[in-house]
Amino acid sequence: MQTIISPLLVSHRLSLAPSVPRLLNNHHRAPPSIRLSSHRSTNSLRLFSSAAAAAASASRDSEMATEDVQDPRIAKIASSIRVIPDFPKPGIMFQDITTLLLDTEAFKDTIALFVERYKDKDISVVAGVEARGFIFGPPIALAIGAKFVPMRKPKKLPGKVISEEYSLEYGTDKIEMHVGAVEPGERAIIIDDLIATGGTLAAAIRLLERVGVKIVECACVIELPELKGKDKLGETPLFVLVSSA
Amino acid sequence: MFAVENGLQGDPRLKAISDAIRVIPHFPKTGIMFQDITTLLLDPVAFKHVVDIFVDRYKHMNISLVAGVEARGFIFGPPIALAIGAKFVPLRKPGKLPGRVISEEYELEYGSDRLEMSVEAVKSDERALIIDDLVATGGTLSASINLLERAGAEVVECACVVGLPKFKGQCKLKGKPLYVLVEPREYDELTLYN
Repeated sequence: MQTIISPLLVSHRLSLAPSVPRLLNNHHRAPPSIRLSSHRSTNSLRLFSSAAAAAASASRDSEMATEDVQDPRIAKIASSIRVIPDFPKPGIMFQDITTLLLDTEAFKDTIALFVERYKDKDISVVAGVEARGFIFGPPIALAIGAKFVPMRKPKKLPGKVISEEYSLEYGTDKIEMHVGAVEPGERAIIIDDLIATGGTLAAAIRLLERVGVKIVECACVIELPELKGKDKLGETPLFVLVSSA
Repeated sequence: MFAVENGLQGDPRLKAISDAIRVIPHFPKTGIMFQDITTLLLDPVAFKHVVDIFVDRYKHMNISLVAGVEARGFIFGPPIALAIGAKFVPLRKPGKLPGRVISEEYELEYGSDRLEMSVEAVKSDERALIIDDLVATGGTLSASINLLERAGAEVVECACVVGLPKFKGQCKLKGKPLYVLVEPREYDELTLYN
């Protein structure tokens, strides 16, 4: 789904404060925590009719919104996310959702926004990508009466699994799902906390499609649009709450 | 303490929960009858029963923090936290949490592992609940209790969906009560699983 940055909120590249205290103790990594408040660009929450959504997903450059609404809950959610520079390695600005989970209102609102979007869409499967997808997926699944299907790293799921390989920067990784967890014809959403390059979500889509499931949408709290993860999702629309440059 | 010992004797939800759990023999290694809760998650009614029972128990206990052990504790913890208005704190394998963390080592059958928690997640004197899917040796939960206490929280209880029978009665873990919904299921070769 095409997402449009509200003109009211400007995309802002984070710059580090000049002196950044760092602890040298091995057990206590202490990069500075920098909370973005109004600097974060947020998506307008778009209310689509299903026809408009289908048209929009057919062409990623066109926008066919029937309404353009900036949900007031989005700004609070965005400001509850902590950015940790140089984690897990130098150059990466890590989007830390654990601070969102400490903010009971923001966490509740996050789930509510997804539930409102999906509750009348006949979704019977919420698939969550290990591990942070396990935090957001189940509350959504419970609220919309869908099953929760964990998609896991190799060798974690017992019993029969199917797996899908995907590329990393160096090498590959695999994502697995239980055989029999889903049935052909079911309608699914896939949840993760964040979409970066889109590799994991693309693998999750392939895994579900292989067993005949229709993926209605991928849903993430955060998107890193510069990494163009959306482009890896093929025909599957993407819905995110917060877009972080 | 098991749910049946504490007012839920005969509660049909407990049977529904137990029936929804799948046993995988000899996983991850020979001799272990693995209690697979993923089939419970495929049953929205049974999954909701789990959350409802825990929420009913904890909603009036003034719990401000629910800590969940990676990764299956991440599945059960958040719905409980959301329903009782508590924050959710993930307890993670080493190197996953950014920012300042404390870590606690615990024993495995061979070797040891570590669990980490963000120090900024916890304020002093918070009342905490720890969630995991299953308790066997209690090693992971004990490490979790240590982490929360080191950060100044008071652990009110540990809660698991499945627990070994030895946790019946007043059995405590590091002095903390344990609340468990069901015992492990037996493996029945004749049962057809999904």
